[in-house]
Amino acid sequence: MKQFRKFLILPALLVSVILLSGCERPPIEAVQHGYRGTAMDLIYNPRILAEQAAKNTVPVSYGAAPAEGPKAGAIYKNVKVLNNLSVAQFGSFMVSMTSWVAPEQGCTYCHNPANFADDSLYTKQVARNMILMTQRVNTQWQDHVAQTGVTCYTCHRGNNIPQNVWFKDPVQKVGNGMLGNKNGQNTPVDGSGYSSLPKNTYEAYLLNNKEIEVNGDTALPTGNKSSINATESTYGLMMHFSRSLGVNCTFCHNTRAIASWEQSPPQRAKAWYAIRMAQDINNNYMAPITGLFPPHRLGPTGDVAKANCATCHQGAYKPLYGVSMLQDYPFLTGPAKPALKAKDPAPAAKSVAMK
Amino acid sequence: MEYQNLFTQVQVVAPPHHGTSIDPYDERERFGEPKLYHLFGRLGNAQLGPIYLGRLGLASLFFGIIAIQIMGWNMLASVNWNPIQFVRQLFWLSLDPPLPKHGLSLFMPLNEGGWWMMAGFFLTLSILLWWGRMYRRAIALGMGTHIAWGFLAAIWLYLVLGFIRPIMMGSWSEAVPFGVFSHLDWTAAFSLRYGNLFYNPFHMLSIVFLYGSALLFAMHGATILAVSRFGGEREIEQIVDRGTASERAALFWRWTMGFNATMESIHRWAWWFAVLTPLVGGIGILLTGTVVDNWYLWAVKHNVAPSYPYVFGTPIADPGTSGFVMPPPPAAPVITGVKP
Repeated sequence: MKQFRKFLILPALLVSVILLSGCERPPIEAVQHGYRGTAMDLIYNPRILAEQAAKNTVPVSYGAAPAEGPKAGAIYKNVKVLNNLSVAQFGSFMVSMTSWVAPEQGCTYCHNPANFADDSLYTKQVARNMILMTQRVNTQWQDHVAQTGVTCYTCHRGNNIPQNVWFKDPVQKVGNGMLGNKNGQNTPVDGSGYSSLPKNTYEAYLLNNKEIEVNGDTALPTGNKSSINATESTYGLMMHFSRSLGVNCTFCHNTRAIASWEQSPPQRAKAWYAIRMAQDINNNYMAPITGLFPPHRLGPTGDVAKANCATCHQGAYKPLYGVSMLQDYPFLTGPAKPALKAKDPAPAAKSVAMK
Repeated sequence: MEYQNLFTQVQVVAPPHHGTSIDPYDERERFGEPKLYHLFGRLGNAQLGPIYLGRLGLASLFFGIIAIQIMGWNMLASVNWNPIQFVRQLFWLSLDPPLPKHGLSLFMPLNEGGWWMMAGFFLTLSILLWWGRMYRRAIALGMGTHIAWGFLAAIWLYLVLGFIRPIMMGSWSEAVPFGVFSHLDWTAAFSLRYGNLFYNPFHMLSIVFLYGSALLFAMHGATILAVSRFGGEREIEQIVDRGTASERAALFWRWTMGFNATMESIHRWAWWFAVLTPLVGGIGILLTGTVVDNWYLWAVKHNVAPSYPYVFGTPIADPGTSGFVMPPPPAAPVITGVKP
C-alpha cells in the first residue's frame, strides 16, 4: 500500500507540472480601470513589465539643432523632402536616422559613398517615403498620436526593418486542396494570442476596410446578419490589439457590453482612429512603394511589409510609454490637419435602442 | 478515517460472472471474458467485461469511427501530414463548419465544409444509435429508462448547436467546429456576437442547474460516505426502511439547513438538475439570434442589467458618428521611383 502511494507521487507531480506549464508565473497585479465591483481590471505582471521597460527606453536627446542658417535644399543637391531644414537640422537628423535605422551599416545603408546625392540605393528612396509618412502621421492623425507623435525610432528601434511587420499569408497548400483547410486559423501564433481564432486578420481590417463591429444595436433581431465567422475574425484582430499593447480587453471595453460606446473607456476611441491610421499608412505609403524593394524584402506573396499595432507599440500601451521625441525634430510634425470633421457637432452618445 | 480516502478502500473479490442469462441472442452478443483488475477496483468495480455490442452498438461504433476519421485526417492534412506537428498542435486543429457563403446548401466543396457536413452527419447518426442502445439495454435488464432520457437531454443541446439553430438561422456556418480550442473560441465568439450570453436567462438557469448538480452530487456523496459506518450505502432499501444511517443523515441536514431530502428524493433532485442543465441551455441557444439579437440590450429592456456610473469623465461617443472622414490620399504622390 505504502509503495503504491510512493509510486503515485511521481506521475502526480509530472501531471501537475504539465498542467501548469502553459501558465504565466505570478505575481499578478490588478489595476482597477472602471467602476468598483465590476471586475474592470487591468492585469499586469511586474516581471514582464520590467523586461519590457528596458526595450522601451528613449535614446539620449542632444537637443534640437538651430533652425537658422542656409537651407539644406539650397546647399545640398537632390534634397526632395527635407529641403526646408537648416543645414544643422538636416545634418543632425541624418545622424539620428542612421542610429535609429542602420546603426551597423551607417550612412552607406542609404547613400552611395562616392556621391551622397545619388538615388541609386532603394533604401534612400524608401527613407524619403517614410519621412513623408511620419509627417503625415504627426499632422493628419493627431486623433491617435496626439502631440506625442512618432519618429523613425518609434518603429525601427535600431533595426533596418521594424521588428513587427506583417505580410499577406500565402494560400495554404496542403491536402491537395481536398482536405485539411485551416481557414486561415487554428494555428497557435502570437498575432491571435495563441488561440484558434483567425491569425492574419490584418489584410481584412488594416488594409481593406472590413466591418469590425458585429453586434446589433437592438435587443431583438432587426436585420443585423453578422455571422459567427465574422465575429471570430474581429475577435482575432482584437487579440492582436491586446498582444501588441500588453493590455487585456478591459483597457478599451466594458466587457459586459463590449459594443457599447457609452460605457467604454476612452482608450477605445483612440484605437478606432488607429485602425484607420493603419489603413492610411498601408494603402497610401507602403503599398505604392512595393516596387522599390528587392525581392528578399517582400513577403511570400510578393507584397510589401506593412504596419499593424505591434509595429509601433511593441508590447507597450503607448509606444515608448508616451515619451515624445518630437521636440528635437520639429520638422517631422507640422500644423495640425485641416478641419475634416463634418459641420454638425457630434451627436450625444446614442441612447440604447430598444425594440 | 477509511472513508476520507481518495480511493475505494473495499474490494469484494469473487469469481467473475457474466451476469443474468437472458436469451441465446443476447448471450452471444456478450463480448469478452470477465477479468478482475486490482487498479480498476480502486476506482470502481474490479471486474472488467463482458461488454455487450449488439447491432446498435456495432452500427454506432462504425459510424462514430467514420466521423472521427474524417476529423482526424483533415487535421493531419492541415499540418501537411506531419505527425509531430499533429501532436503538438492537436488542441488548436479543427474541422470547421461551412463558410457563410454556402448558407444551408447541402452540397459544397469538401474543403469548404463538405467534410464537416459528413462528419456531423455520421457523428449524429452514431450518437442517436448509441442512445437506442442505452434504451434497449435498460429494457433488456428490466430497468427503468432514466439514463436514456438523461442522455437525450444532452443530445438535445448537441442538436440545437449543430443542427436546429443553424437551420433556423439559415446558415450551417453558425454551427460549432470540431476541435478542442476552436469550439471554445466559437463559444466565446457566440457570446460576443449576441451581446453577452450571461444576460440570457436560460443560460443563467443552465448555470444554476450545472453548479447545482455539482453541489448536490458533493452533498449526497459526502452524506452517504459519512453514514456508511451505519450501513448508509444501502440507499434503496432505506427509501422505505430508513434505519439509523438515514435518520442520522436526515437529522444532520435538518440541523444545519432546516430541511432534508430523502433517500428517494435526493436521486430525483440529482437527475432533474442534471437533465435540466442541457435542456434549458439548449432553449437559451435556440433563442439566440433567432428571437433575441443582443442579450445585454434585452436585459436592459427588462430591467435585468443594472447601470453603473461612468468613471472616465465624459462618456465617449461612437467616433463613427462624429463625422470623421479619412484624410485624402497624399496630395504630392509618394515617390515610387523605379526599381533599381
